[in-house]
Order: sequence, then C-alpha cells, then structure tokens
Amino acid sequence: MTDETRTIKTDYLARVEGEGGMLIRLKGNEIEEVKLNIFEPPRFFEAFLRGRYFTEAPDITARICGICPVAYQTAAINSMESICGVTVEPQIKALRRLLYCGEWIESHALHIYMLHAPDFLGYPSAIEIAKDAPEVVETALRLKKIGNHIMTVVGGREIHPINVKVGGFYKAPSKAELEAMVPDLEWALETSLETVKWANTLDFPDFEMDYEFAALDAAGVYPIEGGERFVSNRGLDIPIDEFYEHVVEEHVKHANALQGHLKERGSFLVGPLARYALWYDLLSDEARGAAEGVGLPKVVKNPFKSILVRSVELVEACVEALRLIREYEQPAESSIEVKPKAGAACGASEAPRGTLCHRYEIDDEGIILDATITPPTAQNQPQIEADLRGFVGQFMDLSNEELTLRCEQAIRNYDPCISCATHFLTLEIERG
Amino acid sequence: MGPTIAVWKFSSCDGCQLTLLDCEDELLGILGRVQIAYFPEATRAEIEGPWDLSLVEGSVTTPEEAERIKEIREKSGLVVAIGACATAGGIQALRNWADVKEYASTVYAHPEYLETLATSTPHSDHIAVDLELQGCPISKVQLVDALLAVLAGRRPNVPTDAVCTECKRRQTPCVQVLGTPCLGPVTQAGCGAICPAFARGCYGCFGPKETPNTVSLAKRWSEMGASEDTLLRAFRTFNGYKPAFREESARHDG
Ligand code: SF4
Ligand code: SF4
Repeated sequence: MTDETRTIKTDYLARVEGEGGMLIRLKGNEIEEVKLNIFEPPRFFEAFLRGRYFTEAPDITARICGICPVAYQTAAINSMESICGVTVEPQIKALRRLLYCGEWIESHALHIYMLHAPDFLGYPSAIEIAKDAPEVVETALRLKKIGNHIMTVVGGREIHPINVKVGGFYKAPSKAELEAMVPDLEWALETSLETVKWANTLDFPDFEMDYEFAALDAAGVYPIEGGERFVSNRGLDIPIDEFYEHVVEEHVKHANALQGHLKERGSFLVGPLARYALWYDLLSDEARGAAEGVGLPKVVKNPFKSILVRSVELVEACVEALRLIREYEQPAESSIEVKPKAGAACGASEAPRGTLCHRYEIDDEGIILDATITPPTAQNQPQIEADLRGFVGQFMDLSNEELTLRCEQAIRNYDPCISCATHFLTLEIERG
Repeated sequence: MGPTIAVWKFSSCDGCQLTLLDCEDELLGILGRVQIAYFPEATRAEIEGPWDLSLVEGSVTTPEEAERIKEIREKSGLVVAIGACATAGGIQALRNWADVKEYASTVYAHPEYLETLATSTPHSDHIAVDLELQGCPISKVQLVDALLAVLAGRRPNVPTDAVCTECKRRQTPCVQVLGTPCLGPVTQAGCGAICPAFARGCYGCFGPKETPNTVSLAKRWSEMGASEDTLLRAFRTFNGYKPAFREESARHDG
C-alpha cells in the first residue's frame, strides 16, 4: 500500500438545488478529510424577517427555496398559528395537506427521474435520457405536471403559491375544481406504482449505514403538513416547541451554512428514509403493497435505495390526494381571522427532503422579533458526510472517476437542497 | 445543432430556473432545438463558452458573483436576466437598508467565514443586460416566448402594462373596489393577475410596471386605512430595490 494522497473532488455538484461541492482526501487507505462544501451565498432571511409583519412570513420564507415553497409556507403558518393560539377547521387542514401532496408529487418526480435516475442509468442528465428513452422523461414530466397542477388549483401557482395565509386560504377551491383533477391523479397513481417497479430494476451498490432516523409525529397519519412532536428510532421524542432547546448551532468554515447532529450520538437523518422507517405502518395499503411487491423491507438502510422509498412516497402522495379530494367539502369560510399575540413558538412540516422547522417570536403588534429556520438539508449535512466516509472506506478500490461519480450519487441520495443552505444549522439534539 | 444556452445561478432560490423545467409541455420541444451548454441544476454535462444565450438567475451578493457576471457577459451573445433577484436584487436586497455585518452576526456564529457584499444588486448594475424578465418567479409564458424569440431572431413580447389589464381580460372584479388594498395598478403584468382571482390584493411580485403612479396608489391605500409602516413594507419586498418601489418606500420610511 502506498501513502500517496488521493483527492476525490467535484467543484460544483450538478443536479442538486443550489451551489455546493465535495472534497474527499485519502492518504493511502486512510480517509483524511470529507467535506461537503456549501458556497451558496447567504441571503440572511432570519435577519431581515425581524421587523416584518407576522402574516408576511409565509410569502417571504417561500423564497428560500423554489423547489419546496409549500414546505416553508406551511411551517411558517404552523408556527404563527401556534403563537396566536388558533386552530383551523378540518377542511382547511385537508386543503393544506392536499397542496402539500402536490409539492411532494412534483418534487419527488423531479428527483427520481430527472436528478437521481441519470446516476443509475449512466447519463449526465435527463436530457440525454430523453434521446434514448423519451418515454421515461415524458412520464416524469407528466407526473411533475400533475403535482404542479394541484399546487396551481389549490395554491394559485406552482412556484411560490399565492393562496395560502396564516389562518387558511384566500379562497377555497370548489369541490368540482378538485374533482376535475381526479382522472389525472388516477393516472399518476398507476404510474407511481409502475415507478416503484422500475426503480427496483436499478442497480444499487451493496452499502448500508446504521442510521438514527428522525421525523415528525403527526398523531396517527403519515407526517406531511405538520406534526406536534419530533421523534426518532432511538428514543428522541420531543414536542416540536422544544426543537431548539435540544439544538446547538455550529458554523463550520467550509460551509456558508450551519450543520446538524445529535449531541450524544452524532449525525441523524431526516427525509423519505426516516419517514418510511418510522411510519411504515401508517402508509396506505397501496403504498405498503407497492413496497412489499418489490420486497422492500420496513426499514431501508441502503441510502442509494432512497429512490425506491421516494417512489413509495410518490404512491402515498397520490393516494392521499385522491382521498382528500373525495372527502373534501368546501368550507363556508376559507380562513379565520388571526389576531397577533405576543409569544414564540416552533412550527414544522415534512418537506420532500425531510423535517423543516421554523421558530418565530412576535410582539403584540404582530411584528417579528426573532426568526430561526432549520431546513432538512442542514440536519442531513453531517449524515451526508458520514455516508461519504462510510462509502469511500468500503469502495476505496474504485477508480477515481468511478468513485467521484458514486460519491456524487451518494450526495444526491439525499436530494440535497443547498438553496436552503443559507441557514444550515449545526444541530445538536440532546435527550430530553 | 441550434444555439447554445447556459443557465447561471447567482443568489436566489432556484425558482426561476425551475420554471424552465416546469414548462413540461414545451420542454422537450425546446431542448430539441437548442444545446444546453451549462445548466448544473439539470445536468453534469458542460460545453465551454462562448454561448449564444445566457439565462441569469439570482442577484449579485458576493465579490465572486460580481466578477462572474462580467465574465459571463463577455462570453455570451445575449444575456437575459430572469426574475426579481436578477432584475431587482430580490428579497435579499432588504440588506441594502441594513447593516450587513449585523445581519451576518444574527445568523452565523462566525461571520468572518463569510464573503459577502453589503448589497444585493441586479445584474443591470454591473453589466449591460439584453432583456429582463420580471417576476418572483418569472412567468412560464414569458420564458417560453423569450426562448422562441431568440430561436426565431425576433423581439420577445414582454408586457409593460399593469396587472389591472390582466384582471380586466379575465373579468376579475377589482378587489380594491371591494376594499382589499392591491398593488396591481403599479405592478407589471405577466402573472395572469392570479392574486385578485383568488380574492387577494396583488403584492407586487412582478415588480413595478413602466412609469407606475405609486404616489397616487399609496394615497389611495392610506385612505383605505393603511399605516405608513404597512406602505413601507408593501413596497419593500421582492422588488423593493427597483427604483420606482425603492423611491416610494422611502416616502414612508419615517
Ligand atoms: S426571483 Fe423569486 S423565484 Fe426567482 S430566483 Fe429569485 S426568489 Fe426565486
Ligand atoms: S397578482 Fe401581483 S403578487 Fe400576485 S402573482 Fe401577480 S404580480 Fe405577483
């Protein structure tokens, strides 16, 4: 064995949202350094939210991320409604969940087929896949479009929806408007079931990690648009309001971002793998059936198989959207009035990539005094680095080129959203 | 092979470049007629410059970005700035009224690790831009039209009138007449007047239209009961640094 230094490096990661790079340094068989570099410039949302009016938070924070604006809007709304002590009626909650299903369908379809699949199929992008297998990309685009269409009907538009607000919606859609989407959604459901089967034909490296999985607990339903507790498979179980009591931030030099880990045990994972492992039993019959059909276990520890789990969640989002439409009754009032009340609270939701937590403090006049936002990729960043370490340790014999590709793929397993990076917190979560 | 197109990201949320991928019906058709030279959100492949067309998303907030846009200008036939960030500095331009050092220490433990400029500015403050598409995010229709215009060598159709015209076209009753303050009269058309169609006042995400009468609109809002603070905040959002809105917000910054 030589002591030669070997560097595996990608300056600008493609097919992720935002700007990041990767650097791995090996000396002989020793891994000297693993870094996920974040050079997305900071945009200082938490700073300029101070002094804004509390009802502005959903529209302003939506602009943190164009890929998952509904996640931001919803977490902000959950936090503000909690501070002001209001609860919206079930049909409003149902509409929020439906809107969110649209975002899951759009985001998951985009990631599965256009961002992640090229790694498995050996293409630089979906554009080249389209030349050889146009039907794959056409399927992806149609699925994406159906997700986007839900966001347009319920939210007014797909990127930065305009119809959501603290207290409900500006205008509630009619039942007929929602029902018009049913045929498309039925197609989407069939197609997602096929997607699970297709994803199962891909080649997965033989690699597993022993994860601490964390996600919201939504009291008996698969967590999407909210949840009162944040839990893990290793005993973490805290009310969402205590999120930051267990969190210590750290700012590392290689990232314009702050990162997250559990104080006692190091990194943890949020996102599809975690939701699936924790809440498998709450999935619909169709989604569980799809998982069983391809022999997917109840806990998936191979991060490369996140594409399969994301496909199962795609099924779930379609089933949920159809159910919500079936059960929907247009509420008499599309929103309730929310008067500001001095106080502070956390609000969270399950972004396609994992738990997103916001915390605000407002005064009697409704002016925001303080804001903290922790996106899923912030929480996952140390875990991504841990995966890279584990992977490189196991697959050191690969050529540099192959190892670089596989490491990039290992990062894309997380569907990382570096645009949110402006507030990567390094979290340390303590046992309560 | 068709013209080469590069898609660049500066400080932004990625929403405007995602708009391109959201053109589900047109995307494969357009991709068949152009060569994507650089679009890291979608592909690992790269073609070196010069490029026929550069689409530029995001604002300039770091020294590196200020340099990069100049290089892109030199190597691009046409530069099209897409979105409120690229054409007005975006929501992150709120720093332009604050002390960025204080901002950095609010969010980060080690502000000294960051390289950031005191301001967030549009590309037109740094280079000559050939076309600006406003909006947070931009409109798909305008984006597709701009791309087709480039392919056909014609001028793109970018409206310069107000959101109000779009309300009239889709026969949405005026929300302001019904008592909801609306920025539609001073905001550039392009979104299809979505907010009023959802019983909401426009909040100006497409930025100022040509020669907007913000003074008279602000007066109307005051008469409807809006406070000076409300007016300040209303004009100082996603396009707050665009001159017409910047000047109006200054009038309410007491
Ligand atoms: S203009 Fe708005 S949608 Fe476009 S990149 Fe900027 S924040 Fe995102
Ligand atoms: S109505 Fe105004 S705020 Fe609403 S989407 Fe259109 S331009 Fe943006």
